[in-house]
Amino acid sequence: MSAKPKLYYFDGRGKMESIRWLLAAAGVEFEEEFLETQDQYEKLLQGGSLLFQQVPMVEMDGMRMVQTRAILSYIAAKYNLYGKDLKERALIDMYVGGTDDLMGFILLFPFLSAEDKEKQRALIVQKATSRYFPVYEKVLKDHGQDFLVGNKFSWADVHLLEAILMVEEKKSDVLSGFPQLQAFKARISSIPAIKKFLEPGSQRKPVPDDKYVETVRRVLCMYYDVKAN
Amino acid sequence: MSGKPRLTYLNGRGRMESIRWLLAAAGVEFEEVYLETKEQYDKLIKDGFLLFQQVPLVEIDGMKMVQTRAIMSYIAGKYNLHGKDLKERALIDMYVEGISDLMQMILMFPFSPPDAKEKNLESIKERATNRYFPVFEKVLKQHGQDFLVGNKFSWADVQLIEAILAVEEKVPDVLSGFPQLQVFKTKMSNMPTIKKFLQPGSPRKPPPDAHYVETVLEVFKK
Repeated sequence: MSAKPKLYYFDGRGKMESIRWLLAAAGVEFEEEFLETQDQYEKLLQGGSLLFQQVPMVEMDGMRMVQTRAILSYIAAKYNLYGKDLKERALIDMYVGGTDDLMGFILLFPFLSAEDKEKQRALIVQKATSRYFPVYEKVLKDHGQDFLVGNKFSWADVHLLEAILMVEEKKSDVLSGFPQLQAFKARISSIPAIKKFLEPGSQRKPVPDDKYVETVRRVLCMYYDVKAN
Repeated sequence: MSGKPRLTYLNGRGRMESIRWLLAAAGVEFEEVYLETKEQYDKLIKDGFLLFQQVPLVEIDGMKMVQTRAIMSYIAGKYNLHGKDLKERALIDMYVEGISDLMQMILMFPFSPPDAKEKNLESIKERATNRYFPVFEKVLKQHGQDFLVGNKFSWADVQLIEAILAVEEKVPDVLSGFPQLQVFKTKMSNMPTIKKFLQPGSPRKPPPDAHYVETVLEVFKK
């Protein structure tokens, strides 16, 4: 196993993207192996590296980690992005839970029919503007600090920025009612490690397209219809 | 706020049940508030109790905690059920997340349409026997210890015993190919706090019935 973490996933965002963001924010270089064929996936399965037969899988520190949340928690703790004590960790976990739920609506978007996509887009924007963004807007307004938790950069900030950018891809002016979040977005985007990740040529993946959907369906034999929430 | 944690949810399992299990396993007494009407739920939201307008809500240590995983991580951390270091925590998290995927299928089951129920039951059985139970059978066999991680009782053990019992309610002979899990089930069930939780009169909730489904649909209707 190399010294750098190695990520096993499709060449696209999906559930691995939050992990890429967090590693990048922590300034950790990583390698990637992209699943392109069913054979590759079968090989991984036969080799026993996928605990629950699923990706994401990240090889790091002698472990073959699976389960996105477990991986993210480990990285956050290892690189001091998880608060200074149990209560800060609880706050970070709550905030990340919210942005995770929001990004969940976007995760299945590419797999929906054209008609369902329009409905889902509206749902994403509605949830973002009425349920999630107001919470973070208020948190930032109430304490007036640069970061969500404990006046220190954490996993919660990385995850929120990721969510904001993803929702903006669905509606570019979605932050228009949220001045705190606009300032937050500018601030966090200019942190060197994040700025680098946002530049072309980084390991950040583009918005999923038909080719990505095709690859996932092919590798996982996932040919059933995906229903909207 | 009293000393005890206070849980707000419907009077049934849902997403709160795993939290009840964990608190009980940790020997922590708690109070419960049951949502019965939409008005109650709307009031909770209006009064600013629900960060993301959702339950479960657990008031504990001066916090109004939401998000099931966040709540359980906090409880596990506070009561020393989350491993001794980062790597044990990672293992516990992996196991808990895997089991939670299985529990999600059981959670959704009562809400599936009648014509999908048989298929969904088959999926639960298939996933339990082919994807999840074999993993824990192997873990226990390989290290030969009583508990899943670090030779010490943890959140992962609580989550697994909860899942085993929940699947058995749907597929009674599901453990027939898993001797290690059968032993594990007996051992965990006999741990004093868990034994108490499994007795009648405990805060443990019964399997969801039609009344529970109706209440959920009523309380959360738009």
